[in-house]
Order: sequence, then structure tokens, then C-alpha cells
Amino acid sequence: MSERNGMVEKRGGGLWLTHLGLIIGVAFIFFPIWLAFVASTVDQQEIVRPPMPLLPGDQLIENYTKALTSGVNAPVAAMLLNSLIMAMGIAIGKIAISLLSAFAIVYFRFPGRKLFFWLIFLTLMLPVEVRIVPTFEVIANFGMLNSYSGLILPLIASATATFLFRQFFMTVPDELAEAARVDGAKPMRFFIDILLPMSRTNIAALFVILFIYGWNQYLWPLLITTDPSMNTIVMGIKQMFPSGDDIADWPVIMATSILAMVPPVIVVVGMQKLFIRGLVESEK
Amino acid sequence: MEKRVTFKGIWLPLLLVLPQILITAVFFFYPAGQAIYQSLFIPDPFGLSMQWVGLGNFEYLLSDRYYRASFLTTAIFSILVTVVSMGVALYLAVLADRLIKGSGTYRTLLIWPYAVAPAVAGVLWLFMFNTRVGVVTWYLGLLGYDWNHVLNEGEAMGLVVVASAWGRISYNFLFFLAGLQAIPKSVIEAAAIDGARFWTRFRTIVWPLLSPTTFFLLVVNIIYAFFETFGVIHTITSGGPQQATTILVYKVYSDGFVGQDLGSSAAQSVILLAIVSVLTVVQFKYIERRVHY
Repeated sequence: MSERNGMVEKRGGGLWLTHLGLIIGVAFIFFPIWLAFVASTVDQQEIVRPPMPLLPGDQLIENYTKALTSGVNAPVAAMLLNSLIMAMGIAIGKIAISLLSAFAIVYFRFPGRKLFFWLIFLTLMLPVEVRIVPTFEVIANFGMLNSYSGLILPLIASATATFLFRQFFMTVPDELAEAARVDGAKPMRFFIDILLPMSRTNIAALFVILFIYGWNQYLWPLLITTDPSMNTIVMGIKQMFPSGDDIADWPVIMATSILAMVPPVIVVVGMQKLFIRGLVESEK
Repeated sequence: MEKRVTFKGIWLPLLLVLPQILITAVFFFYPAGQAIYQSLFIPDPFGLSMQWVGLGNFEYLLSDRYYRASFLTTAIFSILVTVVSMGVALYLAVLADRLIKGSGTYRTLLIWPYAVAPAVAGVLWLFMFNTRVGVVTWYLGLLGYDWNHVLNEGEAMGLVVVASAWGRISYNFLFFLAGLQAIPKSVIEAAAIDGARFWTRFRTIVWPLLSPTTFFLLVVNIIYAFFETFGVIHTITSGGPQQATTILVYKVYSDGFVGQDLGSSAAQSVILLAIVSVLTVVQFKYIERRVHY
């Protein structure tokens, strides 16, 4: 970025002030996470007699083992697995059905195409929070409470991804489809051999966004998983708080909170470029 | 926009759109239709029959003191969340944009909260401000301030606002930083040569050129505050004390699932649906302008 190295960039004292400002910001952002981490490494006694220490203790292995193997209502290891299945199911399911339908509406002329296009456009507007009661009834009628399909399917029913893939397919040069047709390739050959490889980056970027979206769901799993063994980790944390006046098992709860953050943080930080791309694309 | 080259066939494309049609019909259009339908009825106390009330549920809602209070609560809550998270994000983005080296490192650190679920963010902030064991509560106590968000309505609102805004800083930071980096440096340098100091440059050049990003974020953040903060509110306050933090989405849940008042909950869903539609239209109209920018 040498062209940005102009006269208005800060030097000397100003530079340090800029860093200082940013470090204060980063500290503010990280303080809650740091505190949760510290709480997950000390024992209950150190927390219930405030103020709790601000540096990690020596109970890390004990607390995480206790959380993963027994938890409060259900072992957190099981909740992690549920969250993983839900997040992967939502990401893969949504990408798969969206790729297929975007391919159909861009590369074919079929009756009802316009209508279909408008129907999916409508779904862009309605978050699941708005239609929770009737959607819950549908799931209950299908006997899908406490099931993975109940967790996943209603959250796939939105067309953001279809819209994105449609936009992308429109930019693919016509010559490619033309060549495939001249060579006598079947539409699905063209889709698998040419379109899918070209969409790789878009698929990956969308995967990152959808994985986080699925992992961080709260209200929906709260409604339909009444059985603790089906809880996802994000909604399971709140269930670990005792009702009434009992003191919460903070070290285990905080260890669970940290465990709930680790997979999405790894995805976001590890795939930063794809994540930012996905974020910008899905808002276009 | 249409493709010039297309494939032949009718059954194949229909087969390709079938999975999405089925899932959308069953889990989207049917429930949305049900919400509208149910909003026109009141179920009898035993749930055996439905009584047609027309717009009665809506009339009742709009005259309900608690529902109107929830509207006001939602407005205050979303404005505060939007202003706080955008303000902090803009401040950090302006600083990061001034750096020639190292802005990437700060970006990596600042995107963490995006990955933290609202419900988990709620638990983290609840822990800091817990009335019995919270660290911040304890230090505030040393300063002579008695923090109790379980009883104090203003403190409860403050806590859910900060916890919600915290999780949103990453997102706003990324968009602000991208917006700032898109401003041609030559314009800013020209102003600097004319003797404009940082603050003057920011006010007269940067801020106006950044306005498309700012407006976009404004709409997106309001939508976020309306719908995606349920987890924060449910974990920290459960809508209390005295419904001081019951935003509209929380009320749909508490009336529909906890209170089992299906007619009212459905009517609330329909009202929310109207609000989202308006916000989405605003967003789309605006995005066309953003493309030109």
C-alpha cells in the first residue's frame, strides 16, 4: 500500500496515539472473552468470593473435562456434536438446494420460472423469528421435535443463497455454455464440470457465513429441543443456570461458553479472506 | 438480465427447483400464511375452536399498554444499539485506516466478536455484571455505585444494549474500514495541502463520502437489533424487570410460547412482518444507489 504512504499519514507521536487508541479498543473487545477464559480456569470458590482473579488459575483441565463429560444437564461434548451437525446441515443443505435452483432459473426457460423467482425473493424478507409459532406447529405435526431435521430444515427455507448464486451465474460468460452445448454435453455435465468448479470461492465464502449463522442459532433450538441431549451448545448454556437462588456453577458455565466460541472463531479468523468476501457478497 | 444461451428441457429444471420449492412451501409460506390466518381468530380457552375476530387482535394489541410500551422499548433499544456499535466501530476504523502497517493485525483481532453468538455474548456480559459475583459490579461497588440490573430498569436496558452492540462492532468495523479505504487518498491530500486539519478533513470530506456505507449500516443494524438480539435479552434479563427490556421479538415469544396467547402472538408476527418488509424495501432501494457509488 505504498501509494497510501502520503503526507497525511501519521508519524511519530501521532502514530503512537493511533496505536494506543486501537489497543484500548481491542482491550475493550477482548475483556469479556478474557474474563470468561479466566473464570474457566479457576474453581468456584474463587468466583463466589469477589473479586475474582484477573489471571488464569490451575483448574483448566478439571473444568473443561467436567463440562465435556458431564456438564450440568447434559455433557457438553454431545451439545458440541449437535451444534456441529446443525451448522453443517444448514450450510451444506442451503448451498446444495440453492445451487440447483439457481442453475435452473439462470440456464433454463421453464413454465413458472418468473413466479418461482418472485417467491424466493419474498423469503429474503422474513427471519424465522417472525413466524416461530406456526413453524413450531409444523415441526410438531411432523414429529420432528428433538430431531436434526427439525433443527435444520426450517432454517434452510430462505433464498439468500439462491439469489447470490443467480447473480454469480449471470456473470459466467455465455460462451462456456455455448461450447458445452455444441460439444453435446448434457446440462448436468456442464453444471458439474464447469459451473461448480467456477463457483468454488463463492461456495466457500458462503459456507463460512452459513456455518456461523447455523452455529449461533438460539431461539429455534430453544423451542424445539426439549430433550437436553438434543440441545445445541449455544442454547444449552442458558439451561445450565439454576432456577431460583442457587449459585450457578460458573467455572463449568464459562468453560462451556469458551467451547461454544472456539469453532466459529477458528472459522472466522482462519478463513478471514473468505469470511469478509462472504459478508460483503451476502449483503449486496 | 437474461442469459442468451440456455439449455432445453422442462422436466429437468423443475426437478432442480423442487427441493427448494418444497422446503420453502412447507417451512416458509405455510407458516407465514398460518400467522396471518391465526391473527384473525381467538382460540377458545380449551383450544377446541377458533372464533373469528377480524382485526380484533390488532385493535386489542394497539390499545394494549404493554404492547405499546414494547414498541417504545424496541425503538430505544435499536437506536442505542445502532449508535453505540456504529460509533465505536467508526472510531476504530478511522484509527486503523490511518495506519500504513498493522491494520491487518487489528482487523484480525477485531473480528472475533462476530463469531460469538448473541446468546453467548449475553452470558459473558451477564457474568461481568452479575449482582453477586460480577467483577465489574464489585469494582463499581468500591466506587460506591450499587449496580443491580435485576431491579433497575435503566441498568437492565444499558446492559442488554452494550452486550448487543459489542457483538456487532466487528461487522460495522469491517464495512467502515472498507468504505474508508475506498476514498481516494488524493482528495484527502489535496485538502491537507490546503491546510485542512484532520477534524476538518473528516467533517467535510471523509464523512460525506462515507455516507453510503453509514446509511447501509444504519438499516442493517436496526434489522439486527430488531431480530437477532433475542439471545442477548433471553440470557440477561428475560425481558425484565417489569418488561423494561421486552422488545417486540421477545414479546412474540413470551406471549406465544410462555403465555400461549396464539391469536395475539400471530397478530404481533404480522405487524413485525410489515416492519421487516418496510425495512427491506428501504434497504433494497438504497442498495441500488450504493452500486453507483
